[in-house]
Amino acid sequence: MGCEPLTGGRRELVHVHDLEVSLGGRTVLTGVDFRIAEGEFVGLIGTNGSGKTTLLRSILGLQATAAGEVVVAGREGRRGGPVGYVPQRVAFDHDVPVRVADFVALGVDGTRLGLARRGRGVHERVEEVLASLELGGLAARRIGALSGGEQQRVLMAHALASRPRLLLLDEPLANLDLPRVHETIALLDRVRRAEGVAVVLSAHEIGPLVPVMDRVVYIAQGRVACGTTAEVVRPEVLSALYGHHVDVLNVHGRVVVVEGEPGDPGAHPEVVVR
Amino acid sequence: MHWLVEPGFWSNPVVRTALVLGAVVAVVSAVVGVVVVVRGQSFAGHALTDVAMAGGAGASLVGASPLVGFLLAGIVGGGSIEAAGAERVRDRDVATGVVLGAAAGLTALFLYFVSSSTSATGSTQSVLFGSVFTVSPSVVPLSVVVAVVTLVTLLGVRRPLLLSSLSPELAAARGVRPRVMGLTFVLVLAASVALSALVIGAILSTALLVGPASAALRVARGLVGATLGAIVAGVAAVELGIVLSYDSFYWNAAHRSVPVSACVVAVVLVEVAGSTAWSRWRRGRG
Repeated sequence: MGCEPLTGGRRELVHVHDLEVSLGGRTVLTGVDFRIAEGEFVGLIGTNGSGKTTLLRSILGLQATAAGEVVVAGREGRRGGPVGYVPQRVAFDHDVPVRVADFVALGVDGTRLGLARRGRGVHERVEEVLASLELGGLAARRIGALSGGEQQRVLMAHALASRPRLLLLDEPLANLDLPRVHETIALLDRVRRAEGVAVVLSAHEIGPLVPVMDRVVYIAQGRVACGTTAEVVRPEVLSALYGHHVDVLNVHGRVVVVEGEPGDPGAHPEVVVR
Repeated sequence: MHWLVEPGFWSNPVVRTALVLGAVVAVVSAVVGVVVVVRGQSFAGHALTDVAMAGGAGASLVGASPLVGFLLAGIVGGGSIEAAGAERVRDRDVATGVVLGAAAGLTALFLYFVSSSTSATGSTQSVLFGSVFTVSPSVVPLSVVVAVVTLVTLLGVRRPLLLSSLSPELAAARGVRPRVMGLTFVLVLAASVALSALVIGAILSTALLVGPASAALRVARGLVGATLGAIVAGVAAVELGIVLSYDSFYWNAAHRSVPVSACVVAVVLVEVAGSTAWSRWRRGRG
């Protein structure tokens, strides 16, 4: 069920080891075990409520864990590591008086105490990140006045500003139409290569991610299966993960995952893989 | 200047103390007020005025300086709001309400003892509505020290505080502790309320805290601009309020002056109304 150890000189960035998490007495994750290498693009795939957010929060050190450990860049279970985080939603007030550039700058120095003014290096980094996320035109706008899609990109810029080695994105594709989904994925792929940052992106559909993903962490029933798409999206692997029979069909060159018995109340939506 | 300022204004030492103290208090209230509005903590600000009232009443009962009473009560009250209020906004609201109620009860008790045991009839008045013209000049140095400590603290934590105000989750992920930030800020807020309670009274200090800040936030686009605008609006309100209160002595034959606090709040309301109208007009023009 766990992931193969990293091979071929890839340097380990994250090691989730035998993780167990309970929320309100219910075990949400159990025996979760996988590694992520520097610079990898990893899709964290699962249905709503499968524990994707809980797993991301565990990697961030925001989640109390029942057992196991999470090591990020050689340090265990600590907040404030070299990790950028893009939550699914941040509800900014419409009239919060903070400009996009200032909010992104907080990505660099938002943890810094002291009276000193913001240095030139910070402003340069902000311009650089805004340009690479194609947000240069919004720098002087108030964050609350932006559309949901624009706010999400600003959150990405904020997360990247501190030059993290790992970027965690919680369902960034959830509310986008299909052209925007492909655009966002392509942008993230460009940015991760330019910045040399590993990306872990949670989604409930694997399809659009297949072209850029190095590996997939498939999450269901509180457990994970990990590997390349070809290794994981197979009937025997997914059936073992879900605990009952799952079909993987090839239809016109696309892979269709059909999960759940007919009439099964716990049936999950189909997962389509190109 | 005669049309604005009645004779004897500038040569009066009481007025000079009032102007200096008023400006100091206005600057602190304006800067803290911007953060209060951004964090949506006006209610906590108001609760702390009730706490300050209890402290002021307690101080006059034991004969201590009102500023000391305001400060001590604010630290205890603010600390309990943050300690009891958990992560969720609603819990914080409930904790704030409980502290507010307790403080109002204590105020009533202390003021009852004060009015029944001493002849100091003015103390109720000065605790509730302030009395910048009766503040002893000896309070000024302590006020300035409290003001400077408050502003330096706020300036020092401004970035993590802003980040945790915008999103506690993002801040926590970066290693900022939102609750430490919340506690720090509520103490800053308590000190600021204590200062303005001295000048315009505990009840009305919310107006000076939130009014200039919200007026400036309607007009300015960024935080720095809003803070500078709030300082200008706050200082203008207090100084103009002092002038108006002084002048009002000459406005009627009976020489009954309008209290400073009423004049300050009147100017603040004009500022808020003006900025609201201006931002509507600007939005209307697209």
